[in-house]
Amino acid sequence: MPDAAPDPVYHAPPAATLLRTPLDLLDAIYDRRSGLTHLVGEPVPAILDALAAGPASAADLMQRLADDYAIEGELAALRARLAELAALGLVDARAL
Amino acid sequence: MRHGLTLKIGPAAFRVGSDWRAPIADLRTLYADYPPAPDGFADFTVRLEAKRPWRRFVRPSVHLGGDYMLPDALPLSLAHGLLAAEMGMNLQMALGWRRHLLIHASAVEKDGRALILTGESGSGKSTLAAMLGERGWRLLGDEFTLLDLDSDSVRGFPRLVSLKNAGIAAVEAVADAARFGPRLEATPKGAIRHLVPRADAIARMDEPAAPALLLYPRYGFDAATRRLAKSENFMRLTQASTNYVALGERGFGTLSRFVESVPALALDYSDGEAGIAEVERLWTEHVG
Repeated sequence: MPDAAPDPVYHAPPAATLLRTPLDLLDAIYDRRSGLTHLVGEPVPAILDALAAGPASAADLMQRLADDYAIEGELAALRARLAELAALGLVDARAL
Repeated sequence: MRHGLTLKIGPAAFRVGSDWRAPIADLRTLYADYPPAPDGFADFTVRLEAKRPWRRFVRPSVHLGGDYMLPDALPLSLAHGLLAAEMGMNLQMALGWRRHLLIHASAVEKDGRALILTGESGSGKSTLAAMLGERGWRLLGDEFTLLDLDSDSVRGFPRLVSLKNAGIAAVEAVADAARFGPRLEATPKGAIRHLVPRADAIARMDEPAAPALLLYPRYGFDAATRRLAKSENFMRLTQASTNYVALGERGFGTLSRFVESVPALALDYSDGEAGIAEVERLWTEHVG
């Protein structure tokens, strides 16, 4: 299906916004803006780390992740994860 | 309120008032060794009131009141006035306390270090803590474990231990009969009998302890132990805490440090003595 809307650029929230505690299987993330605690597993911590280097489109982020990981998923799957993270408030999606 | 008293338990001070004499008389006996609220100021007020004045004489039933109200608080008969007062103090603490991270757990101390027992009602945590309290451990608390938000230490909150059903006989066999309250039959949780902690646990209520081991006991299962992943432990403790969400970032920090530094194990056990032996073995193995 062709993309009707332009691909958004994803931004990490300001560094002080999220407090992260890496546990063994999951990361605990406290969002100071919402007061919510999130328990997230891979690939979420890797996505957040990759996005911390600067804003990126899904395609750019895929490239960054491929530098560190053997990527098995497709771009559509990464887009789906990013949309979920944006809904949770853990990343900001902005139109170009 | 025609009858009342104040009590200091660990860092919290309570005022309990009642339209009836009997529950306050029971509390005065059971809490005889506890100090009154400092300067008479209480953090929480628990009121056991008659819904209407005449009800006292017609069909006495206890209505829970206080700073916080739960709409679904169970109506209790006057014979259970003592239980209503205890439940009232628990509700106030669970809903209103903000100075510590509260975990629904029992805790005991040895050599300045705390063993914490958490789990659902019926897991046996109260019975295990009470039995350990008769075997050289200091009881830090039964219903709630209080984690200090700055020092991460466990603060004592040695309330009466609420023993239920099979746990009553198990502790009656090892504790002094004079330290038990009346046996309350047919409460919403079955039979209940309160145990006054040993005198040293009350006298040393203001001495904190460093958390050293967390256990999730389950009574009535074949013996087994399992180490919990930190992430599973974190998730379960957020559910076992009554004020984690309310504390916000400070609660997150305290819980993160706790999960990082304190080993956690699930412990299934089939009877009290076997459970105690296993707890002491795990303590030696993980703490020393």
